Parts: sequence; C-alpha cells; structure tokens
Amino acid sequence: MKLLIENGRLVDPAQGLDRVASIYIQRDAVVALDDAPEGFEPQRRIDAAGRLVIPGVVDLAARLREPGQEHKATIASETRAASSAGITTLCCPPDTNPPVDSPAEVELITRRAKQACGVRVHALGALTAGLGGDQLSEMAALKRAGVLGVSQALKPMASHLLLRRAMEYAASHELTVFLHPIDWSLNAHGCVHEGPVGTRLGLPGIPEAAETAALGMILALTEQTGVRVHLCRLSTARAAHLVARARADGLPVSADVAAHQLFLTDMDVADFNTLCHVMPPLRSQRDRDGLRQAVADGAVSVICSDHQPHEADTKLAPFPDTQPGISALETLVPLTLRLVEEGVLNLTEAVRCLTANPAAILGLPVGTLAPGHRADICILDMDADYAPEPGNWVSQGRNSPFFGWTFRGRVTHTLVAGRVIYEHAQR
Amino acid sequence: MSSSIQTSPLIPAPGPLPASLQFTDEGRLQHLLTIEGLSHALITEILDTAESFASMNAKSVKKVPLLRGKTVVNLFFEASTRTRTTFELAAKRLSADVLNINISTSATVKGESLLDTLRNLEAMYVDMFVVRHQASGAAHFIARHVASHVAVLNAGDGRHAHPTQALLDMFTIRRHKGDFSALRVAIVGDILHSRVARSQIHALNILNTGEIRVIAPQSLLPAHVESLGVHVYNDIRAGLRDVDVVIMLRLQRERMEAGLLPSEHEFFQLYGLTQERLALANPGCLVMHPGPANRGVEIDSRVADGPQSVILEQVTYGIAVRMAVMSMIMGGGLTQ
Repeated sequence: MKLLIENGRLVDPAQGLDRVASIYIQRDAVVALDDAPEGFEPQRRIDAAGRLVIPGVVDLAARLREPGQEHKATIASETRAASSAGITTLCCPPDTNPPVDSPAEVELITRRAKQACGVRVHALGALTAGLGGDQLSEMAALKRAGVLGVSQALKPMASHLLLRRAMEYAASHELTVFLHPIDWSLNAHGCVHEGPVGTRLGLPGIPEAAETAALGMILALTEQTGVRVHLCRLSTARAAHLVARARADGLPVSADVAAHQLFLTDMDVADFNTLCHVMPPLRSQRDRDGLRQAVADGAVSVICSDHQPHEADTKLAPFPDTQPGISALETLVPLTLRLVEEGVLNLTEAVRCLTANPAAILGLPVGTLAPGHRADICILDMDADYAPEPGNWVSQGRNSPFFGWTFRGRVTHTLVAGRVIYEHAQR
Repeated sequence: MSSSIQTSPLIPAPGPLPASLQFTDEGRLQHLLTIEGLSHALITEILDTAESFASMNAKSVKKVPLLRGKTVVNLFFEASTRTRTTFELAAKRLSADVLNINISTSATVKGESLLDTLRNLEAMYVDMFVVRHQASGAAHFIARHVASHVAVLNAGDGRHAHPTQALLDMFTIRRHKGDFSALRVAIVGDILHSRVARSQIHALNILNTGEIRVIAPQSLLPAHVESLGVHVYNDIRAGLRDVDVVIMLRLQRERMEAGLLPSEHEFFQLYGLTQERLALANPGCLVMHPGPANRGVEIDSRVADGPQSVILEQVTYGIAVRMAVMSMIMGGGLTQ
C-alpha cells in the first residue's frame, strides 16, 4: 500500500518541523517528505490542505480495564475510542485484575490489542508481586515479555526499604520505574483536596504534603539508586517545582500530568460532582496554574489522559462512595490544544508533550513523522469544532466532566503503521 | 460517527449547586439539605413558624392535621436515637404517617445500591425522606435523583451538614438572647468531623452574629476553617473571654485511636467546659450541646446540669423546629 498525505501543515517537534509538506507512506513507514521518491504511485491520497498533521499521539496512562473489569471497558472498546481521538500508542498501568505481574498477562494484553483496531498497546509491569507492595515481581521475565517499565500503580509499598530494593532491582534490568508520588498514610481516607472547598463540603481532605512528602522520598531514593524514574500524575504546584529542581540537579527523572489537572480545580467538585472525583484530587487554582507553568517550562514534559472508564453505577452514589477517575482518551488532544488557544504553550510544545516526549520515556521509536519511522499519524481539521456528548462518545466509559464543552479542532484521520484506522465521516 | 449511538446509561450531569438545589424555580423551599444559601428572611420565617409549634407542644393536645395523609420515611443509614425520635414525633404531631427504616442493618449490607433502595421506597408513594447518612453529600445525591414529588430533609450527612440541628440551636439562642448581631458565640471541640458545627457557622453568619469563634487544637480543626467566617482559638481561656453563648461538641472515642488527640483526660484538661472556665465568659452565657454529651470529657456535669445550661431545651425545641421545616416544605407556600 502506498499512501500520500498532501499539503498538510506538518508539526513534528522531533524534527523541529512546522511547515506545509506532503508525506509519502509505503507499507508501514514514512518514506519521504516533500518530494516523492522515484516511481512513487500512491494508491490513496488524503488531501490535508488546511489540516494539521502531527505524529500519532502517545498516551502514557490509559486504563483499558482488561483483563478483569470488562464491565467497565475492553481493549477493543478503548482502542477504538483512542483511534477516534488521534491516539496511536497507549501505555496501560499494571493494575488490571489480575495485575500484570507475569508474562501471561502481558501476552494476553498484547494478543487482545492485536485483534483490536490497530492502536498499539504497551503494558507496564507490576513493580511488586500482585502489586502487593511486599515482594518484588519477576521483572526480568516481564521485560522479556515486552513491558516498557514497571509501576506500583495506585497501590502502596509496604516500606521505603522495599521501594529502594525494587528501584535497585529495576535499575539492574534497565527498566524505568513509574511511580505515583502519593503517601498513602497521609492520603488516609481523603477524597478531595484539603482546602476551603473540602472544608465547606465536609469531605475528607488530601493534603498537598501527601504528594510532596512521597516525592521527596522518591527523589532521595532516585539519587541513591540511580534508576530512571518517571513520576506519574503530578497534582500540586509545589511538587512540580520540586521536580524542576531535581531535573536541574541532573536526576534522571521525568514527570507527567493528566490533562484534566490543567483545567479543573477543587471548585469543580463544589456541587458534589462525582465526575470530578479523581486521584490525586483536583487541587487549587494556584496548583493548576503552577502545573501549567511547569508544562510550559518543560519540567513536566508529558500530558496524558489518565483514562479511567467506569460503568455508570460507580459514579451514582454519594461523593465519597464513588470511584475516582475520568474517561479521558477523547479529551486528551482537545484539552492539550486548548492550552495553545489559551496561550500556555505554542503548538510545537503542545504536540511535543503528546508525542516525542512520551515516546522517549517509553523508549519507543514513535512520535515522529521522520522518514524511516512507522507511519503513525493524526490529522486534524482545526476549522471544525468538537463538542463531546453522549451521542458522539466512543469510549465505553461515559464518565466525563467535559460533556458540554466545545473544542476547536477535530480529528479527521488516524493512521497506524500506514493504515487508516479511523476516518471521521464528513457531514 | 452516527449521533444515534446510545449504549450504557448516561451519568446525569451534576446539575444545580447544593444551595440552589433546595429551591423550586419559584424560590420555594423543596428540600432542606444545608443551611448554606438560605436567606436571613427564610431562617427567620422558619424560626417564627417553630415559635407557634413550640407553644402548641406545651399543650395537652399536641396534634395538628397539617400533614394528614402524607407519608414521611425516616431513612437512617447511621445509628441515631435522639434525632430520629424528634423527627418521628414532629411528623406524628403534624398527623403524618411515619416509617422508620434503619438501612445500616438491611439493604446496603445485601449489596443493594443507595439508588435502588431509593427507587423501591419511591415506588411506595412516600412524600418525604428524612435522611441520615455517613457520607458527606448523601442528602444532595438523594435530592438530585429522587422523584420530583418527594422532598428530602437532611438529618445529617457525613461531616457536611445537619441543618435542623443548627436551626434548633438558633431557635434556642434567639429565645434567650434575641438579637444575634450583639452576640459572641464560641463553638468548642471536634470541629473537623462536625456537621453540626459547619451548619451552625453558616446559620450564625447568615443571622449576622457579632463574632463566631471556634476553639480546638489544630488537629481537630479543618483546613482553612477561617474561610467559613470564624476566628480560631487554640486556647480555651482566651476563646471563652466575653462570649455570650458556648456550644460544646461531642468528642468521639475514635479520635484518640486516629491519633488526633492523646487522651480524653488531656482533652478535658485543655478544653473541657468547667465552672471555672465558664466564669470567663459573659454573665448569663448560655451553655449548649447538640447531645449526647460526654460528661467529664468535653463538659463537667455541674455545668451540663447548671443554671446556664439549655441542653434539654434544645431537645424540646428540636421537635418544634422540625415540625416547622416539615410543614413548610410539604405544606407549601414558603418562598425565599
């Protein structure tokens, strides 16, 4: 198959590219930009004039709920949602049921993903056996099975000592450790940010220190062990500041933020809105602004969806009794592009946070349109609006607080390995 | 993408703010969920209505036919004797039929969701749910999802609100002190976990109370408590000086286990209301407690039973205030 994407505005931060050009695709890879290779006869042309063409989006954190929670979502349903949203590579945390702590689960996820729509799915392995926090997982076996890193997901470790051992062991296998900076004892039974809103609503609060204390400890152990650490889902300005300082000091750490943390605050919880129940919680306006600044400065280099699809029942209960999480694949690109509209990032920076940076953290040769690379591509019509609502929602989880918002820009095509896996029907 | 796809049920948008959820489009009170958002005039009207029921309650025939034919369900997900009993008496004195359902030992244990429980009761054509639940926001959740003909009265949700308790406290204070703007009111003890304190603070602020103080160690105060409109005191001696009303809160034993306090003994030493400490307040200072009081933990028996104590009056007035709220919500006619 030979495919030509003509005259789009190519934005590829990995190549420092932002100009109108055409992309020539043969089999599964980009073979040339601008000028056609000799004898290139495309079987299909996509007219991208006036469109934005970016590398396929790499989402660092999406729960697909399979295996074990297929009543919430499946690999098939969520990769379909991802494809409609321009996402071509997904990384899923190990907290499935059973957790991804042996090659069997990795193989199952890989197999199911191959049977699905084509979006590439990579699993993280469990840092500890069964994510129990008290015994190391067989990381070498997990690595052979294909995991791109290890993570404790949202489960506590039994001790700092065990975390140290796990980080050392991961380092010897050259595995990146993905850690959520959450001190679970300080988190206690909290379900909202500890601040004036939580106080008024009488909801148990989660202090800022639950994040900064855990982060301080992780940074100290990173320095001690030398392992590469990726810090997952920062929620406070102070934590973002600590990460910036650690990176300036040369520590091998990177960090991401969930897109919703850059838009919502604890004020959005103020009417007991269970759709805004997330972990870590939505914080103050000051935190939101600090996180935006950290993304602009590059200290937080990745924006991810933190996709957590739920069945309706889990959100239909009094706030503290509901499960945290947002169904977020379909709002990742729209929210990130809105940061450009709001002047937080320029377009290149925004695209980098969604493509080259997460690809580098996963060590995958994706997130670029450079010739020789797999042709994972997202095409957007920036003159069209996108207004998510139940009628056009694809994910099985409908737990989004963004229904009713209108975004500028709409995904028209998604390609994985040179194959069009999603095409928006023209009205 | 077809726009006709409709698969799993939709999670309803959260809708109106907690305060506005209580009113109909015409501004009539349709639920009572929180004190927040009520107007000075509305609270005054509730207290005035309660005044007429209070004099009636002292008579030998205590029943009026205002809610004849209506069915009130006391839906208690958390143990309570006092509050449930006064709600039951209030409803009966208004001639309503009353059903008491103690959910902590029935449906939810069998795995039935709160919404299922609600739907089943709704199907029996009841008119009002009086709800107590351990989760903050439970009454709002129920009000948001209940059929439109059913009223919801919050009898305490988590740490969030206990509006009728606050109203009966205001009723008690007004009977004794009259104008709120000249008063200093101190609330002492476990503010952090107290829905009573939050509702009292809102009510006192709406009634333009001169000064509201909270007195507690930092570990029993919620974060940014001053944002509720109170002055904070860690020292009870300084906090009680010149106050006109002191409200003691119940201290639960779990607080010691959670590491918020070392012991009941030390709490009483530092924050217990004794005669000697009460003497620091203005003469005639009222002593109040939402009950049940822990004698020797937050309050000395001589103070609880002393001449300045109005603790039992609070219980008596609780019936009149709850009658007022129930009749105003179900009887109609009240506007904000």
